[in-house]
Amino acid sequence: MKYVALVYYQESIINSMTEKEWHDLNQECIAGVERLTDQGKFITGQPLQPIEAATTVRVRDDEVLISDGPFAETKEQLAGFYLLDANDLNEALQLASRIPPARFGSIEVRPVRELPPKD
Amino acid sequence: MDTESQINDIYHRQSRRVQATLIRALGDFDLAEEAMQEAFTAAIQQWPEQGIPDNPAAWLIKTGHRRGIDHIRRCQTASHNLSRLAEDTPVTSEPDTNHIDDDLLRLIFTCCHPALAVEAQLALTLREICGLTTEQVASALLQKPATTAQRIVRAKRKIREANIPYEVPERRELPERLKSVLKVIYLIFNEGYSSSEGDTVVNVSLAGEAIRLARLLARLLPGGEIFGLLALMLLHDSRRNARQDESGALITLEEQDRELWDHEQISTGLAWLEQALRLTPTGPYTLQASIAAVHAEATSTEQTDWGRIARLYEALYRQMPSPVIALNRAVAVAMRDTPEDGLKLLDQLAGHKAIQNYYLFHAARADLFRRSGDLPAARIAYQQALALTQQGPEQRFLSQRLTDLDNA
Repeated sequence: MKYVALVYYQESIINSMTEKEWHDLNQECIAGVERLTDQGKFITGQPLQPIEAATTVRVRDDEVLISDGPFAETKEQLAGFYLLDANDLNEALQLASRIPPARFGSIEVRPVRELPPKD
Repeated sequence: MDTESQINDIYHRQSRRVQATLIRALGDFDLAEEAMQEAFTAAIQQWPEQGIPDNPAAWLIKTGHRRGIDHIRRCQTASHNLSRLAEDTPVTSEPDTNHIDDDLLRLIFTCCHPALAVEAQLALTLREICGLTTEQVASALLQKPATTAQRIVRAKRKIREANIPYEVPERRELPERLKSVLKVIYLIFNEGYSSSEGDTVVNVSLAGEAIRLARLLARLLPGGEIFGLLALMLLHDSRRNARQDESGALITLEEQDRELWDHEQISTGLAWLEQALRLTPTGPYTLQASIAAVHAEATSTEQTDWGRIARLYEALYRQMPSPVIALNRAVAVAMRDTPEDGLKLLDQLAGHKAIQNYYLFHAARADLFRRSGDLPAARIAYQQALALTQQGPEQRFLSQRLTDLDNA
C-alpha cells in the first residue's frame, strides 16, 4: 500500500519561531527524510510555501475562475494531489484548471519550498 | 527649457516605462524602483554637462540596470539570501530597450493578475503603473497608509514566491485576463467617482488615472472593449461638474444643467465609441458606452431616445443577465412607455433577494410611483431606500425627495 501523509500546522507557530528553532526543524526534517529513504519507505515529499503564496482555481460553466488565497470551503474534503512541473504560476494555473474535479471542487495551487542545504 | 525641467519632463513621461523594464530585467519591484531613482539622480548630475542623450529612456534603463546589478552583487557578498535573484538575472547582458512599451504592458498584466486579491490589484496598479506614492494610493482609496503598504508588500511577495510571470498572456488566455485588467481600470474609475467627497488634499483624481490607464492600454493593445471602456469613462466623467451642487448633494441626470457637461470630452468619448462599434462583437463596456452616448447627445430627459436605451439594456442583459441591468432596463421602459409599465417589470424582479436589499431598486420604484401620481406608495418606497443606504449624499438626496413629497 502507498499512503500520503499530509502535514498541517498553524503558520503562526512557525512565524513565532526563532531563526535557530526554524533552522533546527528544517534539519530535523532533512534527517527524517534520509532515514525514511534508507528504509526504502520514502517516495516523494515536499514542504510548501506559506498560504500567502496560494491561489485557488475553479472551473464553472467552462469559465476558469482564479482567486487569491487558499481553498476555504469547509464543506469540501481533500481528495487528492498533483505535483506539477510548470514554468511559472500562469502555466501551473492552466494545468490545474484541466484537473477534472476543478469543475465542481477547488484546486489550491501552492508553490513548493526547497529545504535548505544540509548542515 | 533648461536641462533640469527637461529631466523633470522625461521623468513625468518615461519613469514608469523605465521602471517596468527594470522590474523585468532585475526581477524585483523594490530593487527596480531604487535603481530607477538612482538612474535619474545620475541624469541630474551628468546631463547638464554632457547633454541629454538621443534616447534618454535607453540611457536611464542601462544606468539603472547597472546600479541594480551592483546592488545585487553587494548584497550577495553580504548574505546568501539574494542568490536566487542573481541566478535568474543575466548579469552580463544589457536589457533590451527597444520594446519598453511591451514591458509596461507585461507589468499591467502582472499587477492585474487574478491570483492577487482585487484590493491588491488596485493598489499595485496605482502604485506601479500610475506612479502614485503609497500615501496617495491609500488616501485615494480611503484606506490607512499602513494597510495599503502591507497589501502592496504582500502582493509583491506573492508575485515573487508564487512566480507570477511578467508576460502578456497567450492568445488563448488573453480574453479572460484582459477582462480582469479592464475590471481593475473600471473599479479605479468608480472608486474615484463615488469617493469624490473624500480627501481631496492629495489632489489625486482616480477617475483621471483610470482614463489615463485606459488610453495607455488602448494604444498598447487596441481592441473593441478597451475602446468601449475608455468611451464609457470619458462620457460619464464629462458630467462631473453637473453631478453635485455646491453643498455636495447629488443631482440626478434629469435635473443636471447640461451646459455644465464637458462637451469637448463628450466628443472625444463619442469618437472612441465609434471606433469600438466598428469592431465586433460588441461587448458590455461598449454597450454601456452606447447608453451613455444617448444621454450625452440628448438636450433633456424628454428629448432622450428612451426606446434606444431600452433596446441597449436589453442587449446588455442578454450578455450579463444581472438584476441591476434588469432594473435599469425597467426604468428605460418606464420612460419610453408609462411609469406603470416600468413598475410591472420591477415587480417581476422583486423575487431576487439581492435586489430587495439594493437601495436603487426601491429608489427606482419610488420615482416611478411619484411619476404615476401614487404618492403614498412613493413615500413607502423612498423610506425603504433610505433605510438601505449608508452613503451621505444618497441619504440627503432621498430625504430631500421625501420632503418634496410632503410639500407636493
